[in-house]
Amino acid sequence: MKVENFAERRIEIDGWPVNLTTYQIGEVYHCKADNVSPGAGLARTTGASRQDAEEKAIARAKELLGRTHRHPV
Amino acid sequence: MADYAYPQTLASTEWVAQHSRDANVRIAEVDVDTNAYKEGHVPGAIGWSWNTQLCDTTRRDILSKHQFEKLMAGAGISNDTTVILYGDNNNWFAAWAFWQMKMYGHKDVRIMNGGRKKWLSEGRDVSMDEPSPAAATYHATGPDNSLRAFLDQVQAALQGRSHAMVDVRSPQEFTGEILAPPGLPETCQRGGHIPHAKNIPWGKACNEDGTFKSAEELKSLYGAEGVDGAKPVIAYCRIGERSSHTWFVLKYLLGFDRVSNYDGSWTEWGNLVGAPVERGASSTIPGTAAKA
Repeated sequence: MKVENFAERRIEIDGWPVNLTTYQIGEVYHCKADNVSPGAGLARTTGASRQDAEEKAIARAKELLGRTHRHPV
Repeated sequence: MADYAYPQTLASTEWVAQHSRDANVRIAEVDVDTNAYKEGHVPGAIGWSWNTQLCDTTRRDILSKHQFEKLMAGAGISNDTTVILYGDNNNWFAAWAFWQMKMYGHKDVRIMNGGRKKWLSEGRDVSMDEPSPAAATYHATGPDNSLRAFLDQVQAALQGRSHAMVDVRSPQEFTGEILAPPGLPETCQRGGHIPHAKNIPWGKACNEDGTFKSAEELKSLYGAEGVDGAKPVIAYCRIGERSSHTWFVLKYLLGFDRVSNYDGSWTEWGNLVGAPVERGASSTIPGTAAKA
């Protein structure tokens, strides 16, 4: 199967830059959210549409990023 | 890739597409787990999980020689197999596997330049089939501990100022503003960095498409911070995987002789009683100051 409709976009969640990578394999859309600076994966989701997969990834990323504590420096 | 010190340690996506089924080539997708692999991977690739297959799962360590030999043999890899590693996060965990394979003396191991991201973005074929290669015989050498820095060596290097210390985490982790990458669990008691370390985030070595920057760009990036190979280098991050990426860049793309990966990294140093810690931005690196 070929990978189709690969796209990346950058959004901000709770003040953190997040990279969303979405692509289609067969009938399924896949989305990955990662925190831009370190580049660690936050969420990996699937959906029947790009929007569906992205919404799930954003929701999960928001949940995780909301737990991040900023310490005074 | 011609300007790199060891261009033979990289494989382009095009080369992989042409050679993925060669009898003497084994491709492995490496990630923190194998979820991405299960979505679809380079046809013929096996999947390795960092969590369960590339670390000792009982104590915190790399694989023992016996465990490593077992992993290789089970993957159908013999000593003369050409192994191509790739993964997500611009090859973070692939670099970890590369580092470990070099520690145990594998001769022909390469990283697919651009990793999973480039493969997908080029609209290439992916497969969900999980191959079951016939077992091979494998004899590891080493481990070559010159490629690895242990705590006592890092402490001695700090004391003697004998090494260039490169902290490859994000600026916010370096300053101590956050104790782990955003969204990930905090795994240390104290934030900050090893005194005198330079903050050169690993991702600066990559282009937008996930490939490595040119040798000239890399030389400038590290050279600007005084990391030019004159002194031995110790790279560290949080758990040693991002720093294995930088280790690869310094050793194989720039050709520095003495580069080691401190895989204990901040999860060790930041939990160590009495360890010296510096907080805030490095005075020598512009643009890394945390927000007040």
